[in-house]
Amino acid sequence: MTRLSRPSAPSGDKDAPVGGEIVPPGGRSVAARRAPRRAAGLGLAPASAACFFLLASMLAALLAGAADMAPGKVALQLLDWLPFVSLDSGLAPVERALLFELRLPRVLLAAIVGGLLACAGAGYQGVFRNPLADPYLLGAAAGAGLTTTAAIVFMKGDGSALVVPVAAFAGAVGGVLLAYALGNVAGRGGGTATLVLAGVAVTSFLSAVQTFLQQLNVEELQRIYSWILGNVGGGWDQVWLVAPYALVSVVVLLLYGRLLDVLSVGDDEAASLGLDVARVRLVVLLAASLATASAVAVSGLIGFVGIVVPHVVRRLAGGSYRVVLPISLVGGGAFLVLADLIARTVIAPAELPIGVVTAFVGAPFFVAVLRLTRRVDT
Amino acid sequence: MSRVEVRDLAVVLGTRTVLSGVDFEVGGGDWLAVIGANGAGKSTLLRALAGLLPHSGEVLVDGVPLRRLKPRQRARLLAYAPQTPALPADMTVFDYALLGRTPYIPHLGRESRGDREVTASVLERLDLSSFASRALGHLSGGERQRVVLARALTQQAPVLLLDEPTTALDLGHQQHVLELVDRLRLADGLTVVTTLHDLSLAGQYADSMMLVAGGGTAASGTPAEVLTEELIGRHFDARVRVATGVAGRPEVHLERP
Repeated sequence: MTRLSRPSAPSGDKDAPVGGEIVPPGGRSVAARRAPRRAAGLGLAPASAACFFLLASMLAALLAGAADMAPGKVALQLLDWLPFVSLDSGLAPVERALLFELRLPRVLLAAIVGGLLACAGAGYQGVFRNPLADPYLLGAAAGAGLTTTAAIVFMKGDGSALVVPVAAFAGAVGGVLLAYALGNVAGRGGGTATLVLAGVAVTSFLSAVQTFLQQLNVEELQRIYSWILGNVGGGWDQVWLVAPYALVSVVVLLLYGRLLDVLSVGDDEAASLGLDVARVRLVVLLAASLATASAVAVSGLIGFVGIVVPHVVRRLAGGSYRVVLPISLVGGGAFLVLADLIARTVIAPAELPIGVVTAFVGAPFFVAVLRLTRRVDT
Repeated sequence: MSRVEVRDLAVVLGTRTVLSGVDFEVGGGDWLAVIGANGAGKSTLLRALAGLLPHSGEVLVDGVPLRRLKPRQRARLLAYAPQTPALPADMTVFDYALLGRTPYIPHLGRESRGDREVTASVLERLDLSSFASRALGHLSGGERQRVVLARALTQQAPVLLLDEPTTALDLGHQQHVLELVDRLRLADGLTVVTTLHDLSLAGQYADSMMLVAGGGTAASGTPAEVLTEELIGRHFDARVRVATGVAGRPEVHLERP
């Protein structure tokens, strides 16, 4: 049997005490000066790249569309709407109304929904320490699918425009709460594995009920599917409807970025660092679910954004949630604005469902990013 | 230097009593090695000390019962490294070590320049400065263990709880890590509690040892008192010969039946 023999007794003079004492009075230690200036900070380059991407895609989406308006005139009109700017764009009043009432809110809603879904996805991935987690993991999609189907089926087309968003929102929140309650009853102690299983169970159960409802009302199938596949053409009403919830959930998620980093080293170590793991997990889950529910309420079940955008961000800008969350927010917005632009222009004047575009364009894009940033996975 | 006292510690997991009636003391700046057969409860003991498991009895650091401290205050007294730490592959070494500053950073705030300086000086001390911006996924086993140690040291806690710090390391790296821990504790006066499955290795580094078996303390004392052929034969079901090595420290040899 091999044995290690212990080297001669250490002198101990090689090491200064850890931390504070090593810094000479009135100065910073050599190590500190060499240290990275910003640790896990929001790098300026990725942040400005993401913002540029968002602004460029929003501009493109405002300039192009099914209605035949000269991009130059639209650009002038947009400048004219800026405060303290007055220009004559030459657009007819009806064109101006179309730009303001249709295109502008549509672009904004796409940006908000994309940002919410991507940010929520990053939050879920942090809580579950799993890059495959997505905003619909815990039953938000199935819950919203069921309640919206029920709303469409039972209202038979009448009722206000508010019914579907409210039903979708309530269903999404209800689905997540159901999964969370079930996971806690089954798991005791709030482990993430039981929570995911509970989410799977809730999702299958609610989807089964939804399918049943759907089969009983085949005549409404078209409306149900067009809701499920997503649409961000809801107009200003929906923008204002979603804005407060979007703001609250995003602020909470962004505040919790550093704590998600702490969580990423495991429950035990995070707790040994003084973190209340269960509470952090619950707060992030609530905020991410609120973001998901608000997005679903005004846009349907748009897939792929919540899982792909955080992934791409992680590959390009690093793994810290202090970076992933804000850049996913901006990048997710840009991605969905572009997806919607494609959805409403490729077969204009008809439209593709936006969910189809996110998957159709997103999947190859995702593969390309994975391939370009290929690295050793450990 | 902080003294650790444990009084009548008991841990019940589910319906199973894993540990009961555990009493011991570690003097400030001493190194206690906890040994025991697989499943004896070594890691459970360490996790209970770190406050990660519900337990009865008292754990005191310098006379202060940990039960009365808030988690963040406790984290400034005890640093804990698990046997297989989760190292997020795309986190950088610097960011990982910086996590040790969590008990000093306001809940929703961000780290100060002081926190970054402490982290940088710890990395420099462990010869990790050149690794600062490398991703954890690109480190070798020995480097990973040093990084975990760096994370524990940035916590600036006087008590270090290390669960099997030499797991999965080759011979040379085992020696490096234990030498490093020893140097650090001598320099900073850290009190160290480790679990170690290699008995000879434990006997060479620890000031005192505790043998955990049957849900309690089977023996404790100096390495020479704990590492006897009789105790090891009984509690590890192993046939060994114990020789006396350098400085009177016992060396355990497996004997072929």
